[in-house]
Amino acid sequence: MSDSSSSKQSAFDRRAFMAGAAGSVLVPITARAAAEEARAPAAQDPALPVDVTLRVNGKDKRLHVDARTTVLDALRDHLKLTGSKKGCDHGQCGACTVLIDDRRVVSCLTLALAAEGQEITTIEGLATDDRLHPMQQAFIDNDAFQCGYCTPGQIMSAIACVKEGHAKSEADIREYMSGNICRCAAYPNIVAAVKQAAPEIMKG
Amino acid sequence: MRPFSYQRATDPDTAVQALSAAAAANNPLTQARAQPLAGGTTLIDLMKLDVMRPAALVDINPLARDWSAIEPKGDGVRLGALAKMSDVAAHDEIQRNYPVIANSLKLAASAQLRNMATLGGNVMQRTRCSYFRDVSYENCNKRNPGSGCAAMDGVNRMHAVLGVSDQCIATYPGDFAQALIALDAIVEITGKSGARSLPFAQLHKTPGNTPEIETTLQPGELISAFSISGRWPRSVYLKARDRQSYEFALSSAAVALDVQDGMIRDARVALGGVATVPWRAREAEALLKGQKFDDGLAQRVADAAFADAKGRRQNSFKIALGKRVVARALQQAVTMEI
Repeated sequence: MSDSSSSKQSAFDRRAFMAGAAGSVLVPITARAAAEEARAPAAQDPALPVDVTLRVNGKDKRLHVDARTTVLDALRDHLKLTGSKKGCDHGQCGACTVLIDDRRVVSCLTLALAAEGQEITTIEGLATDDRLHPMQQAFIDNDAFQCGYCTPGQIMSAIACVKEGHAKSEADIREYMSGNICRCAAYPNIVAAVKQAAPEIMKG
Repeated sequence: MRPFSYQRATDPDTAVQALSAAAAANNPLTQARAQPLAGGTTLIDLMKLDVMRPAALVDINPLARDWSAIEPKGDGVRLGALAKMSDVAAHDEIQRNYPVIANSLKLAASAQLRNMATLGGNVMQRTRCSYFRDVSYENCNKRNPGSGCAAMDGVNRMHAVLGVSDQCIATYPGDFAQALIALDAIVEITGKSGARSLPFAQLHKTPGNTPEIETTLQPGELISAFSISGRWPRSVYLKARDRQSYEFALSSAAVALDVQDGMIRDARVALGGVATVPWRAREAEALLKGQKFDDGLAQRVADAAFADAKGRRQNSFKIALGKRVVARALQQAVTMEI
């Protein structure tokens, strides 16, 4: 698990290579005024792209995208934040789980346009400097994955699960983590990881 | 997904106007050109599947400022239609005095979806019938009126046994609606000609010959709140399903009782997972009133609840299962400590 997504990408990047010429205009901005201007669009021509400003991991990102773009596609295809995974793309598997205004949601069913003005936190936004988030560390310590595809969603969901107060027993953890499917069935280890990280996260 | 125009509505009038303007006369609501976007957990899913094809989305989330309160009303409670499922499920007052509501919400979907989905959107969610959700099947009277029903003699294990017609046997998939119909909730609606309200039991329509018409809401109308009178601390929501969590009901029961000195003074029984609409079992309720509870009574009530049930090749098991769910829910409601 990388501690930073964009700043430490290696010169030889598989995704950058595969992405080729695809992509959109991506101008990170910090000016508040520009963000406000992009808010509250009137009904737009469906054929034309729209301006959207998403606040991702504490930074405003200005995008020019099709109105159909979900938060998940905005993150992966336009912001190159590929930690959030596309599993089912129908809200059933939880691989795309991110926090929006500190609540866990499935980003595949959230339109980017509808998420404007809200704070999006992805797996890439968890680690600070060289230190993993306690939940990331707990997943490593407990071997809470095999293939790893569901892991970013599991970790985002697990952090919210703890903060909601739903990690007080193994039964609670299982119930409140049921929206994250693990095809490798690493469930016992995921439960152990959530239990390990919970006290540290609650301590703040 | 087909292209659509997106508009954010910051007040109810703008929302109603935008939805009404795009609504063609006689269109069933489900096929209206403009659809309101709240949590999006049904709408965006069905748009990706090409089942719903709105040309315009009206984002009504900004209305949550006024439409998401959970507040006392008279001797009961009023729930804003844009309150999130998770917030209502976790609310102290709801857990204490309306456990049937709290549990119907808590046992639905996943934590992520409950954080997104609103109460109003939840009761308007569409069926999970596989033939409805898969546009490669032409025969779906609900999606494609007059085309037939692939579920009748197809894979129909999940389908309804109550409220069915020879045009459609698609199950109403929700949980919360059973709590609302059991507690005689009132739906508050905002539309072009102002506000109106109606009993929740009059919101959904059985399929009959027009399965594409699912509710009595008109295009341009929005649910703004649900209100419930009285308190129902002795109430349960029991849900039987293929998995223990994150699964739709095979059969569920919402039960609310008023018991004084061992005598049942009032009883409410609603069924989920087995009917085409949120289903109130009034004949079954009548058997409970004025009686003392025992297992024999529970059995008679359960039998009455499914007296008119019609099973098909793969879903007949729901009749036996449903009766057991009703009997057990009654037993839980009678014995729960309040």
